[in-house]
Amino acid sequence: MALLQISEPGMSTAPHQHRLAVGIDLGTTNSLVASVRNGISVVLNDEHGRAMLPSVVRYFADGGIVVGDAAQAQQSEDPANTIVSVKRFMGRGLSDVGDISQLPYLFAAEGQGMVQLRTAAGIKSPVEISAEILKVLRIRAEASLGGELVGAVITVPAYFDDAQRQATKDAARLAGINVLRLLNEPTAAAIAYGLDNASEGVYAVYDLGGGTFDISILRLSRGVFEVLAANGDSALGGDDFDQRIYCWILERNQLSALNPKDTRLLLTQARAAKEQLTEHDEARITAVLSGGEVIDNVLTLAEFEDMSKNLIQRTMQPLRRALRDAGLSVEEVKGVVMVGGATRMPQVQRAVGEFFGQTPLTNLDPDKVVALGAAIQANLLAGNQGGDDWLLLDVIPLSLGLETVGGLTEKIIPRNSTIPTARAQEFTTYKDGQTAMSLHVVQGERELVADCRSLAKFELRGIPPMVAGAARIRVTFQVDADGLLNVMAREMSSGIEAAIEVKPSYGLSDAEIARMLQESAEHAKDDMLARALLEQKTEADQLLDAVEHALVQDGELLDASQRAEIETRLNALKETLSSRDHLAIKRAIVLLNEATVNFAQLRMDKSVKQALAGKNISELEVK
Amino acid sequence: MLDAAKTHFQLFGLESSFKLDRKRLEEAYRALQAEVHPDKSAHLADSEQRLAMQRSTLVNEAYQTLKSPIRRARYLLALNGIDTQEETNTAMPVDFLMSQMEWREAVADAQKRRDVAALDRLASGMKQDTARLEESLAVKIDEDRDYEGAALLVRKLRFMEKLAEEIGSAYDEIDN
Repeated sequence: MALLQISEPGMSTAPHQHRLAVGIDLGTTNSLVASVRNGISVVLNDEHGRAMLPSVVRYFADGGIVVGDAAQAQQSEDPANTIVSVKRFMGRGLSDVGDISQLPYLFAAEGQGMVQLRTAAGIKSPVEISAEILKVLRIRAEASLGGELVGAVITVPAYFDDAQRQATKDAARLAGINVLRLLNEPTAAAIAYGLDNASEGVYAVYDLGGGTFDISILRLSRGVFEVLAANGDSALGGDDFDQRIYCWILERNQLSALNPKDTRLLLTQARAAKEQLTEHDEARITAVLSGGEVIDNVLTLAEFEDMSKNLIQRTMQPLRRALRDAGLSVEEVKGVVMVGGATRMPQVQRAVGEFFGQTPLTNLDPDKVVALGAAIQANLLAGNQGGDDWLLLDVIPLSLGLETVGGLTEKIIPRNSTIPTARAQEFTTYKDGQTAMSLHVVQGERELVADCRSLAKFELRGIPPMVAGAARIRVTFQVDADGLLNVMAREMSSGIEAAIEVKPSYGLSDAEIARMLQESAEHAKDDMLARALLEQKTEADQLLDAVEHALVQDGELLDASQRAEIETRLNALKETLSSRDHLAIKRAIVLLNEATVNFAQLRMDKSVKQALAGKNISELEVK
Repeated sequence: MLDAAKTHFQLFGLESSFKLDRKRLEEAYRALQAEVHPDKSAHLADSEQRLAMQRSTLVNEAYQTLKSPIRRARYLLALNGIDTQEETNTAMPVDFLMSQMEWREAVADAQKRRDVAALDRLASGMKQDTARLEESLAVKIDEDRDYEGAALLVRKLRFMEKLAEEIGSAYDEIDN
């Protein structure tokens, strides 16, 4: 840029050994991407300066896909093809979704695994839909940081089970992202808080997001973040509060069985009312339904608190469990950190404050703190941190077990075990010459297999034939630092490695992932164009800002014709911004730059004169 | 740095005894994890990452074993060639079994009455009894070197551990 830009020595952006890494908060309602720049974690905005990307994906019949604000703005237009809160479907089966008649989507009926949605662009798995959100964030990050990412830390609710974690990792792979680590959301928030405030002691992180609830108890001491216990409810969040208001509207107006458009409209109004009630004592809800019915109600804060009381109550039980598992009493908790947009609700803050007997900490933006923490961790994992680092010890939130006779579970790895962790167990054959056996792995705390979540069936093959009971098959269950389970098996007397075929209960098979990757490779060209466009738009915005600022500051240095020339080119650049042609924007940038060379020189002369006149250069604001 | 042939005690530079300085264990654990944790090699080759996972898993396993008194005792006895026979040896002093039955009835009763205060009392009583058993275990192992006697105490502790689990699930049931 020709316009004089002064930057502090030692603050140069991206020295060449700096590896570009980001933290991504893939949220139920909104997603964010952040990165460490010049030693500070910052959220990366889109070209309109918006930090939050609504986690909304709309599919068109021609294969077009719109993600984010535009999709959200039109969600009641085409609710069946506009997917919101897809995170709730990650690693989940149809029976987990609850009352599907309440949702405006068409579910593909076949298969018992993860739910699939029938859209105008074909059948889509929640993994593919999430990948679209991640792709937009990756492109945004690459445009804003000016290069390819070495990887990303993606956050997941601490209480996500193995299937939900695996689905998240698969989505990142589909989006062309190298996952440095899956990081628990409350832990990410603790990093952002802890490193900021150099805190020591036991902290609780209460994270109520759009669709998930987590509570984590951590001990912070001298650069070590040790998670002592995690608990939660992966199907409880701000969405449920919207749902309560929605039901209240239906009741008030004696409505039933709305069409998808009206459902979406009223849910949107319900959410707006909820947000209104964080600052006001009442909210007015107005809408005109497709049949012409007019909705006009006033909801008071007291009514809202009453109808949402038991939702908040549902978060208290995990709190008590987490403390019990950590072996701590409420008095031993030094601070409580609030995370997630839903913790803005005054009744939530009050309930948490009463439980812990102290005012919760809200000094970091609850919507951004997870992404900021994830970016800090990504920077460390990418190897940018140097000597000044910290250690994170996280846990597995739910016990892993094996199905035994009679449909009972036998715990192999208890909940709140620090990861990575492993457990080996020996099995034997019960028939002569038996060469295969099957293991059913479940996750959860209950005694009956039916009450736990089925993760996968592992088929072991290639066991050398022996008499019954002679084979000794050692099966190792390894949970890695992402909280993901891997299973290995070996026959001990022969040393033969048994082949394992994994049949995930709610996940995608390797073949399905391969097919999706193939398809997304075909779209890679679109991605590159989108990134080039975004890069040029970002650069154009910066240039426009700088020039406009300089015109206001020092416009009098120019004569009328010089000024007109700059303004013409400035407007020309503005016009190209609405196009999708990145080359046109680039040309307009070059032209505007050329026109400002002389102006920059004039400003430089002026600032030097002022400096000589004894003025402080920092007052000049020549940026 | 990490040698699989080392005992868990050697790994953390601690003496092989039941009595243990919790603070020294924690510090040694953190120092070791700071070297081997997979987060330290996330930017390196896959083979390095796998190695880190194995090492970190081993350090976690060793730490969990030494941190828990019952697991520490079991491990020490195994190092001395003694199997605690928790699954096979069911011979228990009659008075111990009687007191266990009383405990369990009291827990079931508190759960039925949804009496959290009663559960709190039971939990703290159970903790005191456990602590007493652990003190005797320290004498039996570190001073008397009576490993058979220690094995019996480990079996008793296993009962207390199950009792603690039952108290935990009673709290959960009341919460539900």
